[in-house]
Amino acid sequence: MSAATSHAASTSHAVVEPAESPLTPESWGKLGMWIFLAGDAVGFGTLLAAYGGMRATSADWPSPYDVLGINLTAAMTFLLICSSVTMVKALEWLGKGDRSKAKMFLLFTALGGAIFVGCQAFEWTKLIREGLHINGITGHALELAKGHGATLFGTSFFIITGFHGLHVTAGVIYLLSVVGVVSRRPDPAASYNVVEIVGLYWHFVDLVWIMVFTFMYLL
Amino acid sequence: MSATTATAHAHTTHGHHELGFVRTYIFSTDHKMIARQFLFLGLCMMIIGGLLALLVRWQLAWPETPIPGMAHIFTETTPPGIIQPPQYNMAFTMHATIMIFFVIMPILAGSFGNFCIPLMIGARDMAFPFLNMLSYWVTFTAGLIMLSGFFVEGGHAAAGWTSYVPLSAVPEYTGVNWGQNLWCISLFTMGIGSMMGSINYITTIINMRAPGMRLFRMPLVVWSLFITAILLLLALPVLTSGVAMLLFDRTLGTSWFKPSGGGEPLLWQHLFWYFGHPEVYILILPAMGIASEILPVFSRKPIFGYHAMAFSMIGIAFLSWIVYGHHMFVSGMNPRLGMAFTVSTMIIAVPSAIKTFNWLGTLWGGRIQFKVPMLFALGFVSMFVIGGLSGIFMASTPVDIYIQDTYFIVAHIHYVVFGGSIFGAFAAIYFWFPKMFGRMTNPLLGHLHFWGTLIFFNWVFFPMHIIGVGGQMRRIYNPMQYEFLQHQQHWNVFMTYGAIFLGLSQLFFVVNFFWSLFAGRKAPMNPWNSTTLEWTAPSPPPHLNWGPVLPTVYRGPYEYSDPEATEDYLPQTQAPARVRARAH
Repeated sequence: MSAATSHAASTSHAVVEPAESPLTPESWGKLGMWIFLAGDAVGFGTLLAAYGGMRATSADWPSPYDVLGINLTAAMTFLLICSSVTMVKALEWLGKGDRSKAKMFLLFTALGGAIFVGCQAFEWTKLIREGLHINGITGHALELAKGHGATLFGTSFFIITGFHGLHVTAGVIYLLSVVGVVSRRPDPAASYNVVEIVGLYWHFVDLVWIMVFTFMYLL
Repeated sequence: MSATTATAHAHTTHGHHELGFVRTYIFSTDHKMIARQFLFLGLCMMIIGGLLALLVRWQLAWPETPIPGMAHIFTETTPPGIIQPPQYNMAFTMHATIMIFFVIMPILAGSFGNFCIPLMIGARDMAFPFLNMLSYWVTFTAGLIMLSGFFVEGGHAAAGWTSYVPLSAVPEYTGVNWGQNLWCISLFTMGIGSMMGSINYITTIINMRAPGMRLFRMPLVVWSLFITAILLLLALPVLTSGVAMLLFDRTLGTSWFKPSGGGEPLLWQHLFWYFGHPEVYILILPAMGIASEILPVFSRKPIFGYHAMAFSMIGIAFLSWIVYGHHMFVSGMNPRLGMAFTVSTMIIAVPSAIKTFNWLGTLWGGRIQFKVPMLFALGFVSMFVIGGLSGIFMASTPVDIYIQDTYFIVAHIHYVVFGGSIFGAFAAIYFWFPKMFGRMTNPLLGHLHFWGTLIFFNWVFFPMHIIGVGGQMRRIYNPMQYEFLQHQQHWNVFMTYGAIFLGLSQLFFVVNFFWSLFAGRKAPMNPWNSTTLEWTAPSPPPHLNWGPVLPTVYRGPYEYSDPEATEDYLPQTQAPARVRARAH
């Protein structure tokens, strides 16, 4: 153990100082992202639990299928799952040392996210025109949904999908910045960790959407 | 994330380099400077929180009489200077909010978390120094937002620190509009800052321990901060989501918590206390760790039951998730559920008692040195026992229904949060001041501060048990308006004198702090003859803490009065070579 300490920080190039942990500094970021995702999951969990509590105790909760429809969202869900696949492909190509293919798949992933957010904006606009608002119902949506249940439905729908949409938007920006990192570093191995970390985030956002889709649209 | 990792690399590899004033003192990524910044933030906020408490106490002792010096602030009354009900509500709401979120959390988790973790596990800095800096400045911004609420139309939040809905959800009910909104925005911002901090703490403790620093060789204060960071990570986002929902109710017209729109006021209580109970352990666990650190040093004995101490903290953290319903006994709940919450709450007494008996076991037969940090640590143990025992009263549903929302609960929370957390914070400040600032504090002023604080703390808060059982309601504006409370008004006067003296006692601390900062005796490397790693670095430690070689750890953190030792202690870095040589 003392032999390991003798060549510590005095050397000028990147050294991994001896530590008890088997993890290297490269993987600290990965652990940090996992920890962040745990906290973020609690934030989402709170909103979903509040939604569940509201819905379970409401006497007049509207049928999500009648208000929201399902075709567009099913396509959006498929798109987001595809973007997770391209994320995996990006990491795979980077592992094989092909930076340009990796960048291409990262851009596909970002594009999938961007289209998803675009579809969500379209969906929101359509629903708002139909009379579903964050704080109540106006217009002809009233025929589909009435009472307090419908008000709370609107509130939880916009807040939860909005919170998720913010995550996707942030993810697209994050992915584009990672494309920049991959471009700047000639050695593919040098950006592998960065791409893996953005992948963790992206798969998490995808997973949360599966939950949101199940609880808000399907059930 | 990539940027922060890169910064971490730059720090470990480039070594010493001169930084400008701004990068050294303001936007610093050095964990020790960030610790000092958190300490100053917490202490400045403590002055504001303390003065707000004095406003409350003055009104309770001498209701509706002018408060000295406040004639220019409360101008609407005749004579001017009388605090009116809306301002009174604001004063106690902001006293609690500031003390909990902007004094205790920044000092214990923010300052000593930042200071102790890298130094005591043998790391050069946090895992993500840039994120660490961001965490401080986000918290600082949250503090500014919170303070700005005092200057907006309608005054600051006035619905209690728990901000129960619908009182807090509808501006018309309290007449407070932007104050409550800023309260929500500030706590939302603070939640983000605390998440950044906890990511850093957990990653650092898992990954960056010096060679030989196994998990069960970590000092207990590091254990306590590790567990606190996990609680922060998993509890704060519940509050963050909750205050966002409350803000939407107030500004966008949603109805999460408003019955008028079909919402559920109880939902807020569930969210708030699901966060709130882990929160009280976030406030107390670091103080427990600090006491576990200081008692062995000044008893010159190993801590009694090191593993039991670590596991009991883990037990407390786990139990904190399944007891929150005890805050809601009178909110309406199935009696069977209330019973379950009573039992789970009582179970917390077991790990807490393990800790208390182990602290006493540490003291037993020790050569006790009554230095100032030790006095505060002993004060912590004694006051925490009183607060813990009064907690058992509240845990029991039938008793709680009687004393719910009386001054008994005010006494309880102050015994655990002031007697516990703040005494722990003072103990930590006196103990690590030499390491943090490189100078010794003045022991005479320290003794005066301790004895003043201990005596007047009990003077103020012990009678609250009595008037609480006598029926005085928590958050009441004027106890004299009820005939059945008038006979105990002398206690209110008595307590307010105590509060004023308690405030004056803190002047010893202020003088000591600033005098020592600039003119204190230069601190040696290890003034308390302590074993842990921070005392092997210079006082104050330079950037990157140690010279070219990191310390190597060979033993546990509390080897005092060891028969093998030439001094009466064995530092964690001392190799067991001598022991081996003798065996041959």
